[in-house]
Amino acid sequence: MAAARVSIQTQDFDLAAEVAALRAGDARVGAVCAFVGTVRDRNDGASVSTLELEHYPGMTEKAIEAMIDAAHARFALYGARVVHRVGPLLPQDQIVLVAVTSAHRGEAFAACEFLMDYLKTQAPFWKKEQTPEGAHWVDARVSDDAALARWGIAAGNAAG
Amino acid sequence: MSAAARTVTVRYFAAIREALGIGSERVATQAATLGALRDELIARGGAHAEALARGKAVRMALDQLLVTDEQAALADGAEVAFFPPVTGG
Repeated sequence: MAAARVSIQTQDFDLAAEVAALRAGDARVGAVCAFVGTVRDRNDGASVSTLELEHYPGMTEKAIEAMIDAAHARFALYGARVVHRVGPLLPQDQIVLVAVTSAHRGEAFAACEFLMDYLKTQAPFWKKEQTPEGAHWVDARVSDDAALARWGIAAGNAAG
Repeated sequence: MSAAARTVTVRYFAAIREALGIGSERVATQAATLGALRDELIARGGAHAEALARGKAVRMALDQLLVTDEQAALADGAEVAFFPPVTGG
């Protein structure tokens, strides 16, 4: 059975272990690109004490699986892995991992960025921040829609 | 009034879930489209009218796929979701 491409989990992940598993036994791989998103202690000027990640179980996994299929269709990839945490998180915690393997770096860099841009505006996650002024849901950013638009995909998430 | 044409599961997430105080409900509806269902829910008034109001940034999914076309047809047993713009990653 092939290894899971997508994991939504409360527990932390190990970057080195994930990358090792992704490229294990595949001598075609000449490039691994991995992105790790972490929790900042400030967002839009407010200090953040904790972050709560909510998601849509079932749809989240399907949406990210479809994004990985789209990445394989666009780029010469050998493998891709996405891990996204949910539940309560603290500043400096890891939130998300996107890792891809390819023969050469160009495709790997591009596919990794493509997957992150896609995930930011199309995967059903929502962040709620705890700040000294109280708890609030994080606003979607138009700049994230613009990032996906660079790939020729209309996000339609933040605007309107 | 005839019996409801179909029964669907409606799920709510994040700020919309909090505003309504429920994560999901079964809805017996005459609505044939996603937009018509949203209108029915708004017509209930109260928190539903507020949270799903036209002009608000409400994103929708039908059977766990993002949908922007409110003319999307509703089948009996469909799973519909209403939620704010997403903010993961």
